[in-house]
Amino acid sequence: MTVTSEPVASGLRLDGVRAGYHDADVLSGLDLDARPGEFLVLAGPSGCGKSTLLRSVSGLHPVRSGRVLVDGQPVRGTSADRALVFQEDGLLPWRSVLRNVELPLAVQRIPRAERRERAAHWIDRVGLAGYERYLPRQLSGGMRQRAQLARTLAANPRIILMDEPFAALDVRTRASMRALLVDVWRANPTTVLFVTHDVDEALALADRVAVLDRGGRIAALVDVPHPRPADPSTADNAAAKARLLAALTEEGA
Amino acid sequence: MTQVSVAEPAVADPPARPAPRPRRRPSRRWLLRAASLVAALLTWQGLTAAHARLWVRFDQLPTVTDVAEEFVHQLGTAVYYQDLADSLGRILAGFGIAAVLGVGLGVLLARAPIAADLLQPLFEVVRPIPAIALVPIAILLFPSNEQGIVFITFVAAFFPILVSTRHAVRAQPTIWEDAVRTMGGGRWRVLRTVVLPGALPGVFGGLSVGMGVAWICVISAEMISGQFGVGYRTWQSYTVVNYPGVIVGMLTIGLLGWSTSAAVELLGRRITRWLPRSETR
Ligand SMILES: Nc1ncnc2c1ncn2[C@@H]1O[C@H](COP(=O)(O)OP(=O)(O)O)[C@@H](O)[C@H]1O
Ligand SMILES: [Mg+2]
Repeated sequence: MTVTSEPVASGLRLDGVRAGYHDADVLSGLDLDARPGEFLVLAGPSGCGKSTLLRSVSGLHPVRSGRVLVDGQPVRGTSADRALVFQEDGLLPWRSVLRNVELPLAVQRIPRAERRERAAHWIDRVGLAGYERYLPRQLSGGMRQRAQLARTLAANPRIILMDEPFAALDVRTRASMRALLVDVWRANPTTVLFVTHDVDEALALADRVAVLDRGGRIAALVDVPHPRPADPSTADNAAAKARLLAALTEEGA
Repeated sequence: MTQVSVAEPAVADPPARPAPRPRRRPSRRWLLRAASLVAALLTWQGLTAAHARLWVRFDQLPTVTDVAEEFVHQLGTAVYYQDLADSLGRILAGFGIAAVLGVGLGVLLARAPIAADLLQPLFEVVRPIPAIALVPIAILLFPSNEQGIVFITFVAAFFPILVSTRHAVRAQPTIWEDAVRTMGGGRWRVLRTVVLPGALPGVFGGLSVGMGVAWICVISAEMISGQFGVGYRTWQSYTVVNYPGVIVGMLTIGLLGWSTSAAVELLGRRITRWLPRSETR
């Protein structure tokens, strides 16, 4: 089937990024690299600037100085190659699941028939087949996040930015969403920047975890050993968890 | 049920379908509604037929039967429908222009700071003036009374629509716009896909109010300067001492206002079905 043209993962580099609100900087010269196809998790105390970072990379929030580079090219504004997944659902409440998932494809001017086909493919992929005609308000929180994931994946972005996408879900739903994400990402390894508070979530998903400090800089980078999902009983993983917990405790998260 | 195809056995969370509303017995409610109407008519008939003078002079008013006879008579005349068509045409023209300009400028004021700075002071000055107070200006400005009446109707409906639209656009959560922008959508796409549909519930609130004041103003303007139209005919009946005719005019105005408002309401409800139930009712 040709509905999923092979996604191209992009490398991401943040080079001395400064961003903030009013007179205050939230990020004061942040450097960060993500390899093409890397799953990079961002963790850090609440209010340290994780959302600001994602919004700056997406182009929604202006960068005051420094550069955001995708495959070496500085980004200008928002673009379909950097998708953002929100914690609250960003679905348009007046559009059905199908029309929400089709939306990025319509923005990209993809012909209707192909739009339908690709949207249907991703709706099925996230386990929402049969719910195409439902409005967001008729879905549970978990199902809305599935729909949002389908919408993001259908757009075929090179970088996916996810801002605590599962934080509002109950434990069981969160676990199944995590499994779905790993599954999909394995099949199409896009570069992912994923914000979470949850240490276990970080370890389950990440290739690497970047811990931010309150000054909006990277305090620690922790490699997570494979295979995925991380088996907490292996010595390597236990060590990674210990390092991550130590770094987070240091930053007061 | 759908099977969730994930590596781990996923929770198939069932759809949160809105619960069916508890059914009340409709027949009893209709009976009550009809009873209140019948009681009012009977009281009216009683007071007027008995020539009651209870400080308020009911003996001056036509009885229900007089009015009914006059109504049946007028329904058989061509001029009744001519008046209806004239008033409806004025409403549709004035209200239609107000809807287009009110929504368009409302969006512009909410989204473009320059437009807001330019137009807002002007609107704030003009808005408190009751549209009907513009009759002299309308007579001076427009070559025909017809255009003056449409102008007044337009002014009346314009501001509620403008204000509601502006407010609805401003109150929108930014997440919808952010979502479309990160898909690569530009200004025009955001406007079409997010701003306008998201503002519709508020816009329809403004349209409902606008339709109400549009009727008030079209009728008043017709009474002052109209040729034909329900308002003109009602005043005309008064001057020729045809009191049943006055009441027939009033009832006609009431029915017109009610049906056009109901049409706006119905359209609004159809278009904003996506709203949670409690808000649409
Ligand atoms: N729209 C805004 N206006 C002003 N300050 C903001 C705004 N959004 C966030 N901030 C501030 O910026 C800092 C970083 O916020 P945020 O990026 O949301 O942190 P995080 O996502 O890590 O919790 C916080 O101190 C917050 O109060
Ligand atoms: Mg945040």
